[in-house]
Amino acid sequence: MTGAAALPRRNGELVFEAPWQGRAFGMALTVVERLGLPWAEFQRRLIDEIAAHPDAAYWDSWLAALERLVIDWRLLSGEELERARRGSG
Amino acid sequence: MSDGHHHPAPISPVEARARALEELLAEKGIVHPDALDAVVTAYERDIGPMNGAQVVVRAWVDPEYKRRLLADGTAAIAELGFGGPEGEHMVVVENTATVHNVVVCTLCSCYPWPVLGLPPTWYKSPAYRARMVREPRVLLREMGLDLPEQVEIRVWDSSAEVRYLVLPEAPPGAERLGEEELASRVSRDAMIGTARL
Repeated sequence: MTGAAALPRRNGELVFEAPWQGRAFGMALTVVERLGLPWAEFQRRLIDEIAAHPDAAYWDSWLAALERLVIDWRLLSGEELERARRGSG
Repeated sequence: MSDGHHHPAPISPVEARARALEELLAEKGIVHPDALDAVVTAYERDIGPMNGAQVVVRAWVDPEYKRRLLADGTAAIAELGFGGPEGEHMVVVENTATVHNVVVCTLCSCYPWPVLGLPPTWYKSPAYRARMVREPRVLLREMGLDLPEQVEIRVWDSSAEVRYLVLPEAPPGAERLGEEELASRVSRDAMIGTARL
């Protein structure tokens, strides 16, 4: 992945400030599609996260909503996620 | 004192969480890294306000298209080949000399991706989301758009299913200019409603 300065800026500014944000965005779209869910299933979790943590950074809320979605729909267990975080942190 | 090795900066906790999630989902075959790359590229490069600008300009030069656009935004936008996630229920709202439209999502960040791409950071901020419904004229002025009192401001909250696109007023002499020239004048912010052209 090339540096931020190399990203195309057809819209005049960076779409994602860091690559992980783009990954989180792509994951949400992919998971929703794989599960055959309406986007509203992710969106309402994003709304809940933002309401619960209004001062949190936007993409942090996004990631938390995505984690919530995959756990609620049993794609992963909370334990698996926790173990993986410890392994890669 | 350098030991000659490059030590990459430690990644943030949130980035570590994102990576862990992607690894797990990839292991289970739910996401594929190449497909994720393609989604990211699409939204960084191909899907953005240049799409909405084409829609706006078509409406400026073709009154029949404009009529269809205002009657059924989704269908008219699809005529130009744009559609997809977050564009399934499009409503286009027209600015006039006496009416100015502006769009917000008070609860999160809902935004018409197929025509505008992903929203800018300020659109997602708590301040914008709360203040645009409460004090639109003041906030717009702070953002550089000073509207006279006699211009009615209509604020559209995207929190439900509908996604809004503002159709800015055509510049004088638009009918004499080519669509490409006109499109270059249509800013993203004018299609959100935080600017006029």
